[in-house]
Amino acid sequence: MSIDLKTIKHISKLSRVSVDDQKAEKLANDLNSIFKFIEKLNELKTDKVEPLTSVAETSLKLRSDEVKSNNIREQIVKNSPQDNEDYFVVPKVIE
Amino acid sequence: MSDITKQSLSELVKNIKNKKVSSEEITKEFVNRSEKSKELNAYITEDYSSALDKAKKFDQKPNLDLKLPGIPIAVKDLFCTKDIRTTAGSKILHNFVPTYESTVTQNIWNEGAILLGKLNCDEFAMGSSNETSFFGNAQNPIDKNLVPGGSSGGSASAVAGQLTPITIGTDTGGSIRQPASFTGTVGLKPTYGSCSRYGIVAFASSLDQAGPMAQNVKDCALLQEVISTYDPKDSTSINFKRNAYSKELTNNIKGKKIGIPKEYRVEGMPKEIEDLWQKGINYAKDCGAEIIDISLPHTSYALPTYYIVAPAEASSNLARYDGVKYGFRAKGENLIDMYEKTRSEGFGAEVQRRIMIGTYVLSSGYYDAYYLKAQKVRKLIKNDFDEAYKKVDAILTPSTPSAAFKIGEKKDDPVSMYLNDIFTVPVNLAGLPGISIPAGHDSKGYPLGLQIIGKAFDEQNILNIAYAMEEKIDFKNKITDWWIK
Repeated sequence: MSIDLKTIKHISKLSRVSVDDQKAEKLANDLNSIFKFIEKLNELKTDKVEPLTSVAETSLKLRSDEVKSNNIREQIVKNSPQDNEDYFVVPKVIE
Repeated sequence: MSDITKQSLSELVKNIKNKKVSSEEITKEFVNRSEKSKELNAYITEDYSSALDKAKKFDQKPNLDLKLPGIPIAVKDLFCTKDIRTTAGSKILHNFVPTYESTVTQNIWNEGAILLGKLNCDEFAMGSSNETSFFGNAQNPIDKNLVPGGSSGGSASAVAGQLTPITIGTDTGGSIRQPASFTGTVGLKPTYGSCSRYGIVAFASSLDQAGPMAQNVKDCALLQEVISTYDPKDSTSINFKRNAYSKELTNNIKGKKIGIPKEYRVEGMPKEIEDLWQKGINYAKDCGAEIIDISLPHTSYALPTYYIVAPAEASSNLARYDGVKYGFRAKGENLIDMYEKTRSEGFGAEVQRRIMIGTYVLSSGYYDAYYLKAQKVRKLIKNDFDEAYKKVDAILTPSTPSAAFKIGEKKDDPVSMYLNDIFTVPVNLAGLPGISIPAGHDSKGYPLGLQIIGKAFDEQNILNIAYAMEEKIDFKNKITDWWIK
């Protein structure tokens, strides 16, 4: 299997990382060498193996739905690259 | 006392409790040495003046019953610290100031310690040499232009270089144990679920674990005792009975069964690593342990499994960095363009590579072939350990397949860089505790480490084995202060 430039462009779109042609070529090379190394897993038969999703072996815990941090809007918005008092500002979405 | 920075954490705690030295005196010494050590590039953010203020305050009303009374400590810049910039070594978080504190660091301050600053690391903890940091690579105090390992490279550099008496790192595939091995220090990766992940910048959530990095095993046990707590704020934190690791520390390991896995004798392993391992086996025997040959048949599949699972989780975790609520934002013509440019300019090459791998293995049509397959192999790897632990109490291996390498040597070859973690990655996949202790030097005089792997929640046992072996090994780190003019 080999990952071509078209696939790189597709993944870059999915992951919202812009990639120019030069970078795409470099990424394709890197990913191909990494996947060559990953292909080793195909040596193993795993049809009857249960996948391991977490080693913690606990069921998801529930908690009551309570507000614990009050009135921290100002602190939160302070980290925003562009804000307008109480809101996060982004480029215009609707024309 | 001019030798303050040479003292171990345990000695400093004893001296402060006996009122032989004040918190201010200790803090001043570590601040001075840190300031003279800029060439190591161990710090991303310094917090010296505030540390000195806190030390003065501590001395006015010292609470000497605490475990870390007035001790200054620098921490990896992956732990969120309230009101102190936390970057994860990334441009995309270069200006991020958390509004909350990570549980692990909060536990440390609750025991009287004082923050010195935030330490350098690979970007989002993705790397084995600290070279992926947006803030430049940290240097290894052992030699100029030598990598300190990674991702907790700044942490390892700061402990080995005596800029902080002890520190914490995080370990997703070896990021505590490999840098500890490269710098002649001790590093413990605890059992998954032992230390809270709350407030740690996430990389791969099913693998990430925080742990101590120290000059010796006793210090390591003391810090583990402080940071390992059950935390409802982390949904995978596990409520188990935690030992008083430093109090219960013993060098009596007579009759302990230690397994030697034959699959760790990998092709092309340098003879000095082979010799070090044999030396370790002899030391363990000298301590009264019983050596048993074991097999972990799926060992060679661990790295390929890791390079599916970790990037998959990372690509999902890093989706939150979109330039909207915090961090770096690039200008874009529209919302999508802004997202794409922000992430392209804000993330470094290695992080982008892993986001791409992760997105690909999770994408439609490939999920079963890669991600599901990897989870199944992960199960086989864990089964190997379960089987081995029916026969042995712990497992002894080398920590890394080589000593530290030069800066730039492996930067352009991702796969050769990934091979650094060949002995440490299986431990994360199985969620087990592992400790690296310095055990010898290679032909160039660079340190080499041995790894002791334990059963889940059996930190006390591997700390004891490490403690007993440390005494026999009697390792001396060769720090020449080359960076101090």
